[in-house]
Amino acid sequence: MDSYIFYGLAIFLLIFSFVKDKKKTKMALMKAWKAFENILPEFLVVILLVGFLLAILNPETISKIIGAESGWFGIILAGIIGSITLIPGFVAFPTAAILLENGAGYMQIAAFLSTLMMVGIVTLPVEIKYFGKKISIIRNILAFFFSFIVAIIIGMVVA
Amino acid sequence: MKKIIKRYRGFLFVLAAMILLILFNQELGLKTLRITGNSVKEMLLVIPPIFLLLGLLDVWVPRETMIKYMGEGSGIKGVLLAIFIGSAAAGPLYGAFPVAAVFMKKGVKFMNILIFIGAWSTTKIPMFLFEIAALGNTFAITRLLIDIPGIIIIAFILSKMVSKKEVQALYENAASID
Repeated sequence: MDSYIFYGLAIFLLIFSFVKDKKKTKMALMKAWKAFENILPEFLVVILLVGFLLAILNPETISKIIGAESGWFGIILAGIIGSITLIPGFVAFPTAAILLENGAGYMQIAAFLSTLMMVGIVTLPVEIKYFGKKISIIRNILAFFFSFIVAIIIGMVVA
Repeated sequence: MKKIIKRYRGFLFVLAAMILLILFNQELGLKTLRITGNSVKEMLLVIPPIFLLLGLLDVWVPRETMIKYMGEGSGIKGVLLAIFIGSAAAGPLYGAFPVAAVFMKKGVKFMNILIFIGAWSTTKIPMFLFEIAALGNTFAITRLLIDIPGIIIIAFILSKMVSKKEVQALYENAASID
């Protein structure tokens, strides 16, 4: 749904820009394309790898290993699964709800969701391209550990 | 041509591996192919507007304006703007990196760029509504309340860990991309 809003906004601004200055608009389009083409090679690799990962890790498999009684082992495992997978949010949340129904624990789900959104192992090459190795790796490590803090607090508040 | 092959060699390698996978394990291979197809569809839905907007931002918004609102000395205003822009965005995290590159070109403060990345990754407003619907108010609100200080703290630690020189190198790299 929100992607349509963004399409609308982008198209509206593009028309507005075109009316105001054709040359600048052409330049903007060129820059947009260049920025896109710049990450396309990494992008394509990421998309194929994610397809493979998701083909192996289905909800039943995940649910089994991160049950409510799986404790810290389950939480860390959930964090690792979240770090290596890349699922769009509007799929991830309903999936998380299904996992909970199937017996996954709240803390495990919190760790999974948090790392899913903040840690990106497969997108690391893209990140490194813009932020360099040092920052990208440290950011992912910090986000990984932060996700356990999120899990602990969610565990205290929700469960 | 040679240059193109060199740039896309990683992709070609994975593609070849996938063709082998389909040959040896058809079920898993085709499932992978189907999920990849879905990802491509999703990508087409969210990616083009992000790049259009960043192209327009690059051309229309002057560097001085960006520096004033989000550069060195922009203070809390810059932090709030970084959180807001990141949270209002749509699309997966990798879409944020090219936008960050434009921010670097425009002289946005490094800490604010890191906050923007953090906000894009985890406090997205549209996603928040999904989260409430799927996991309930308590879960979603608790997570949001932890995440906002969390991304600021992570950005702070990161910005303290790199030297001015390293940041400058990144900014120069971002300027050379285009």
